[in-house]
Amino acid sequence: MSKVHVTTTVNGDAVEFLADPRETLLDCLRDHVGLTGTKEGCGTGDCGACSVEMEGVLVCSCLVLGVEANGKRVDTIEGMSDGHDLHPLQRKFIEHAALQCGFCTPGFLVAAKALLARSPDPTEEEVRYWLAGNLCRCTGYDKIVRAVMDAAAEMRQEAA
Amino acid sequence: MTDVMHNFELYQPASLADAQELLGDHDDAWIIAGGKDSLDWFKHRVKQPSVLVDIAAIPELHGIREEADGGLYIGAMTTLTEVAESDLVNARFPALAMAASKVASPQIRNAGTLGGNVAQDTRCTYYRDGFPCYRAGGNTCYANTPTAMNREHTLFEASRCVAVTPSDTGVALAALGATFHIQGRRRDREVSADEFFIGPDVDIERMTSLEHRDILLGIRVPGTWAGAHQYFEKVADRNAWDFALVNIAMAARMEGGAIAEVSMVCGAVQCTPRRLTDVESLIVGETPGEELETLVKRVASSGAKPLNYNHFKIPLMENLAARAVRSLV
Ligand SMILES: Cc1cc2nc3c(=O)[nH]c(=O)nc-3n(C[C@H](O)[C@H](O)[C@H](O)COP(=O)(O)OP(=O)(O)OC[C@H]3O[C@@H](n4cnc5c(N)ncnc54)[C@H](O)[C@@H]3O)c2cc1C
Ligand code: FES
Ligand code: FES
Repeated sequence: MSKVHVTTTVNGDAVEFLADPRETLLDCLRDHVGLTGTKEGCGTGDCGACSVEMEGVLVCSCLVLGVEANGKRVDTIEGMSDGHDLHPLQRKFIEHAALQCGFCTPGFLVAAKALLARSPDPTEEEVRYWLAGNLCRCTGYDKIVRAVMDAAAEMRQEAA
Repeated sequence: MTDVMHNFELYQPASLADAQELLGDHDDAWIIAGGKDSLDWFKHRVKQPSVLVDIAAIPELHGIREEADGGLYIGAMTTLTEVAESDLVNARFPALAMAASKVASPQIRNAGTLGGNVAQDTRCTYYRDGFPCYRAGGNTCYANTPTAMNREHTLFEASRCVAVTPSDTGVALAALGATFHIQGRRRDREVSADEFFIGPDVDIERMTSLEHRDILLGIRVPGTWAGAHQYFEKVADRNAWDFALVNIAMAARMEGGAIAEVSMVCGAVQCTPRRLTDVESLIVGETPGEELETLVKRVASSGAKPLNYNHFKIPLMENLAARAVRSLV
């Protein structure tokens, strides 16, 4: 089928690309927009490495067609820091050594950010339940959960 | 192993009439709602429809409406997150809200729809991996051979195929007496869960009575159980993100300490949600308590025919039924 012209906003910037309808949003972000921070772990919705926000809603970009992003706002890991100033979640991941190979990290950060936006003071159980769709084969999760809790505490303090 | 998807033509109609026309024009057109089940099939190259009809842009399919009888009408495109977080659903049908909240992960619930959740295909790994089984038009069930891995499969009503219903919300909807509103080629119809979910004895290649050119418009949950005591519990290998090994939904009304009315349905034990009629008739008029739980466990799984590796589902089912009854104390 012929390619479809897609117009979106990615991390606040207007972006246009031509997508084959069978390309996923993940493919489009990586191959057409050149944003390779979003990763493909499984391609089937199991691992969360491809997590992005579309219209402010956390989704697996591997199970969204690129053309579905037409006219929508997409936010990826690349939009998380403010220039060289890391987002508190990013800093806390480094401080807590919440990553080893790092492949899962963009997905965890994007998912955790979505959690804190709706629940600034989550319990540990809430964090674990929310992040259940993000798999990490290296860290054993504890450090990730601690980093998220710590970042949440810092963000609450800043907001106060 | 996943692959790039096959070539297809994608249509995104903005009205039901356009969607119907597209379905009429293309014999192998495949509806996609959230795509969470569909794209998985395409990436495995097991299903390769040449035309996709994305129904996301059709306004009538979205949203939750209150009904005159105290029930709710939930558009098929309503996401699982919207169902799980809706104040109306939580106030009237907490078993449904709970079931929706237990599906997969936030990412999947945010984009997966209620319609797609009840219409999704089974998760039998042989079938999904593209084995030419009965369900795929072949003449063997690979999940029911002496060496087959079948811990996720049926206890009841197997008929050549031993696959089970994977839907968490389907079980809650069946317990709540929901009806499924379908637009067909010629007319609309509304069917009960008993008619919507079908077993391999009815049609081995489908999980629901939806046919080509049928669009599920919405699901009506009648006022019958609104605000009544409800229960939903799901057991899976992981406490989150995973398909049910067994799940249960119950709605009940008490009168003077005794159970006046009850509806109880188990999932992942047969191809369709299984109504536990033996338990229902046993407990009506009785007072919940340890004694009743013991009796419930005796009948909950009666008639079960376990396969090689799923005997564990029997005590699971019995205990879930007993726990549902315990929630009435
Ligand atoms: C990693 C993962 C984990 C999962 N875990 C669970 C779980 O624990 N519990 C659970 O219940 N499910 C689970 N699922 C399944 C998932 O919840 C469902 O696949 C999802 O709800 C489907 O919704 P969808 O809108 O994305 O469906 P789609 O993929 O768009 O559609 C699914 C099927 O329904 C048909 N369909 C959809 N809408 C309509 C309509 N309105 N009219 C006619 N036909 C229609 C489509 O043609 C297709 O055949 C999981 C899926 C994934 C990927
Ligand atoms: S790549 Fe999308 S969930 Fe794994
Ligand atoms: S850090 Fe390697 S997978 Fe998570």
